[in-house]
Amino acid sequence: MIKVETAKKWLDLFIEQLLENKVYLSELDTAIGDGDHGNNMARGATALKEKLAEKEYDNLTDLLKDTGMVMVSKVGGASGPLYGSAFIEMAKAAKNDEQVALADLLQAGLDGIQKRGKAAQGEKTMVDEWIPVIEDVQNNQLTTEKVDEYVEKTKPIKATKGRASYLGERSIGHIDPGAASSGLLFKTMLKAGVADE
Amino acid sequence: MSKTHGILLVSHVPAIADGLKELLSQVAADVTIISAGGTDENEIGTSFDKISQGLESFEEERVLAFYDLGSAKMNLEMAMEVATKKVTLYDTAFVESAYTAASLLQADAPIDMIEEQVNALKVK
Repeated sequence: MIKVETAKKWLDLFIEQLLENKVYLSELDTAIGDGDHGNNMARGATALKEKLAEKEYDNLTDLLKDTGMVMVSKVGGASGPLYGSAFIEMAKAAKNDEQVALADLLQAGLDGIQKRGKAAQGEKTMVDEWIPVIEDVQNNQLTTEKVDEYVEKTKPIKATKGRASYLGERSIGHIDPGAASSGLLFKTMLKAGVADE
Repeated sequence: MSKTHGILLVSHVPAIADGLKELLSQVAADVTIISAGGTDENEIGTSFDKISQGLESFEEERVLAFYDLGSAKMNLEMAMEVATKKVTLYDTAFVESAYTAASLLQADAPIDMIEEQVNALKVK
């Protein structure tokens, strides 16, 4: 069972990492997108920090739902509705099953992302990070190195979804920014100890 | 409100949405056209809140929605899910299809005919 305190710690660390990697994420996005991913995620992170400081959360659903709503409203760009949908769907999964396993929670998030963005595996999007990560969580073998490895694996893919798809062949050789920010999400998840519960 | 349908324009840039509205208004003075461009801070991007507010401000019950690039569609779809209006989204050439819809609504063309002509401009 995922404790709300642990999930809160996860989000606090994620916020910290997004602010720390603002320039890096925007650089990745400048190569194959519109260059605003770091700024967008940092804006969301700042707004989320304020929101989460407003009250004490006693359940996972409210924590995830508020996070999703902030992402939708404040992030801008494609990552707003995508991360927003992920957290809102995770909130629903937590509501339906208070004992929800982490892999199932993340799967609900991925379903939300795919419903919103219509991306499949291999199109050079955050989906290429989420799919193998969830598989590893299921098998209890996710590590920080693996999270980084999956981010790195988006490099040789030719983008066929998202803003990078306008570049076609030119998108090859660059890390997908959405996969990179999702990498931060999963690394902070490990650090907070969510996977150990 | 003198028409059955209104038009919503969603762009990443406020000036694009507002400019397109200006272009459409020239041929469709009696059609309600609402623009929702940019983020809440009027920066480049789209805003779920702005789009939702745009949709709710129509007096018309039905809205034809046009957008420029991918993430505009995602925010538009999220807004449609919570909207009280009946909204139809078109994956069509932004300027051309919105212009077509506006002209035909102004001329009181039946909605089936408008849809057919607009859908012929599908590009995404």
